[in-house]
Amino acid sequence: MASFVRYTLDGKTCLAEEGTQLVAAARDSGVYIPTLCNHPGIPPKGSCRICTVLVNGIPQTACTTKVVEDMNVTTGTPELEAFRKAVVEILFAEGNHLCPSCERSGNCELQALAYRYRVTVPHFPYLFPKRDVEAWHPKLVKDHNRCIQCKRCIRGIHNAEGKALFAFGKRGDKVVINIDPDTSRDIGDELAQQAMDICPVGAILRKGKGFDVPIGRRRYDREPIGSEVKP
Amino acid sequence: MTAKAPRARKIVATTSLAGCFGCHMSLLDIDERILDLIELVEFNKSPIDDIKTFTKECDIGLIEGGCCNDENVHVLTEFRRHCKTLVAFGECALMGGLPALRNFLPLKECLEEAYLNGPTVAGENPGRIIPHDPDIPKILNRVYPCHEVVKIDYFLPGCPPSADLIWDALVALVTGKELEPQYRTFKFD
Repeated sequence: MASFVRYTLDGKTCLAEEGTQLVAAARDSGVYIPTLCNHPGIPPKGSCRICTVLVNGIPQTACTTKVVEDMNVTTGTPELEAFRKAVVEILFAEGNHLCPSCERSGNCELQALAYRYRVTVPHFPYLFPKRDVEAWHPKLVKDHNRCIQCKRCIRGIHNAEGKALFAFGKRGDKVVINIDPDTSRDIGDELAQQAMDICPVGAILRKGKGFDVPIGRRRYDREPIGSEVKP
Repeated sequence: MTAKAPRARKIVATTSLAGCFGCHMSLLDIDERILDLIELVEFNKSPIDDIKTFTKECDIGLIEGGCCNDENVHVLTEFRRHCKTLVAFGECALMGGLPALRNFLPLKECLEEAYLNGPTVAGENPGRIIPHDPDIPKILNRVYPCHEVVKIDYFLPGCPPSADLIWDALVALVTGKELEPQYRTFKFD
């Protein structure tokens, strides 16, 4: 039988199954912690840092933190909110995010977080890096301009033999997410769709898909990201 | 004794730099509220009334589009000089937008594609001339968002920004109230 632990979440005492990921435990208690590189069902990575909360007063990523007895968690100080806004701004400045021409606009988690934090222009200079669009895969398009290197695709997408479809190359600000050309040659529509869905932005697209939901009816057109978590 | 002067209307100037005039179309999209707007503001230099040069100092300047040539920089600098509050509106003014797609390529390559090698010009330009008349604005090395050229006070995102957002922002600026943009109107596309 699972054992439950008592912990403090934004001043309230909450119960969670011991070892639950903090993001999930907070969601179950009606507290939204924004995430970007985290995705349910795949191992957490802690790479984007947007889920940073204070655990016993110390900043930690909530996606890689498990709930333990007597833990004291603060999710929403003005400093944390400003920090999260800065993370979104850095990502917008670092890549080439031209929302009006992106197939994912309206369904993009990065854009939705920018809406949530009312980002207009980043406080950082745009880098306008020169990046490629890989359009030669039979089922997928990989637009490196939009990639935020969250590595969700690397962790979450495998073919029937368990082989990963995505891998990263290079390091630091040169890091690039590649598609294995041998594996991508034989994938079906279903896996291609999963790859597109796991990407938080418009960096992985199914060929011939896009702009199929009208403006006004897309995922984040009406309600901010995180609205599904109700206190 | 002097009679109490009627409340002065705020003076607004607008311009489209490296934009498509879509943001100005969205401004016109406030529909019949334009009648209220005329009560609240007076337009100075703007394509809306076709005043070409500033004839007085303005309270609010609305900038559409980023800077892709030296004329854009000149106009933007003039706006900064003559407007108390400068508002960049639309994706191009905020980050360069569609024109900024050339920022990933060397300028030389862009010009050669446009005037020498592109499929619509190949063979049509036997002198292989890239226009360089001194009367033509000089193109910049890349497209710059407005806030990288002059100080911008407020930003309205959108491609174009929705008419409601522009309206709410203008009302806030005229009445001096803080703008809390509605989620519905705060969009990047």
